[in-house]
Amino acid sequence: MHPVRRQRLLLVLFVVLFSSLAIGLVSYALRGNINLFYPPVDVVSGKAPTGHSIRVGGMVEQGSVRRSEDSLEVSFMLTDYKASVPVVYVGILPDLFGEEQGAVASGMLDSEGVLQATEILAKHDENYMPPEVAYALENAGFDEKGKIK
Amino acid sequence: MWTFFHKLGSPPWLYAIAGTILRWLVPITLIALVAGMIWGLLFTPPDFRQGDSYRIIYIHVPAAVVALAGYYVMAIAGAISLIWRMKMADVVMRAAAPVGAALTFIALLTGAIWGKPTWGTWWVWDARITSMLILLFLYLGVVALYESFDNKEAAGKACAVLSLVGMVNIPIVYKSVDWWYSLHQPASIKFTGESTIDPSMLYPLLLMIAAFYALFTCCLLMNIRAELLQRESRTQWVKKIASEKGAD
Repeated sequence: MHPVRRQRLLLVLFVVLFSSLAIGLVSYALRGNINLFYPPVDVVSGKAPTGHSIRVGGMVEQGSVRRSEDSLEVSFMLTDYKASVPVVYVGILPDLFGEEQGAVASGMLDSEGVLQATEILAKHDENYMPPEVAYALENAGFDEKGKIK
Repeated sequence: MWTFFHKLGSPPWLYAIAGTILRWLVPITLIALVAGMIWGLLFTPPDFRQGDSYRIIYIHVPAAVVALAGYYVMAIAGAISLIWRMKMADVVMRAAAPVGAALTFIALLTGAIWGKPTWGTWWVWDARITSMLILLFLYLGVVALYESFDNKEAAGKACAVLSLVGMVNIPIVYKSVDWWYSLHQPASIKFTGESTIDPSMLYPLLLMIAAFYALFTCCLLMNIRAELLQRESRTQWVKKIASEKGAD
């Protein structure tokens, strides 16, 4: 290769390498802020801040959803199977909200460690299948990830 | 073999070759797009949890995949232009930017439309969606930077550096759902291991991804031809084409 071109090639590699390094260090330093939510285990162990609004994400615990009879209030537990955070929310839930489904709740933790949510988002997972397949899996005793229940 | 590549550096040749490829590629692309769309929208089963709203995947995923791949086309063309000073590489880079921007915009828009009923929100500042927005700004930035120079050689250099620096963002977009907690789900199509999307839904999706790659190539070649005509408007070969078209 011509020496001038070789030099320009090295310059290009240098630009790519160092910009990657810079962005990598920045995103490593800010990793706590890039995460959209805290897992329940961080909230229970006190790593999440209590003074302002945070997001907590996890699975809605089986059998934990309680709806009020005379209002839109709903309470449930968010879990990552290591720890659970109780959540209270007043409002309409997204369609995909349900037990054993992912959800992200944003709001403030009160003094008893209950998240007073102002917004609930349903988190969809990467599993796509027709209803018949889901039904067949269910009958065979598997969940949608192919694990034995 | 090598003479073919050397000829690509000559504007009339590139213009003619792009025209020949387009004559075949445009009909193939249209057939693949229509077939994939009909297959995906009418002949696939609904999802067990989302029902029919998941069908936006047949636009959203191909647009996003090709928007990422298109960035590499732009950045590699930029690198070639920096190292070998090939003017035609500049043309390819400039031609790829608006196509990539359009695809990124489609991915963001369809994602928002799907997000409202599924997640409960149009927009959330999670790592995947924010890095995709940065990708859109990078594409638009290359277009704006290129147009802000009168000297096309200086414009090519500046844009090549910008697109090379921006290349960092591509693996970030791709891996964002694995590296950080995000609302966006991880990829369903996996290169290693089993995909977590049912084969009856996967095959039309793969067809649509192939169709979008072809669509990207068509738009890229058309843009290259337009850019060549504009750049070379004072040369003999363009005047010849113009007079032939005018006579029709």
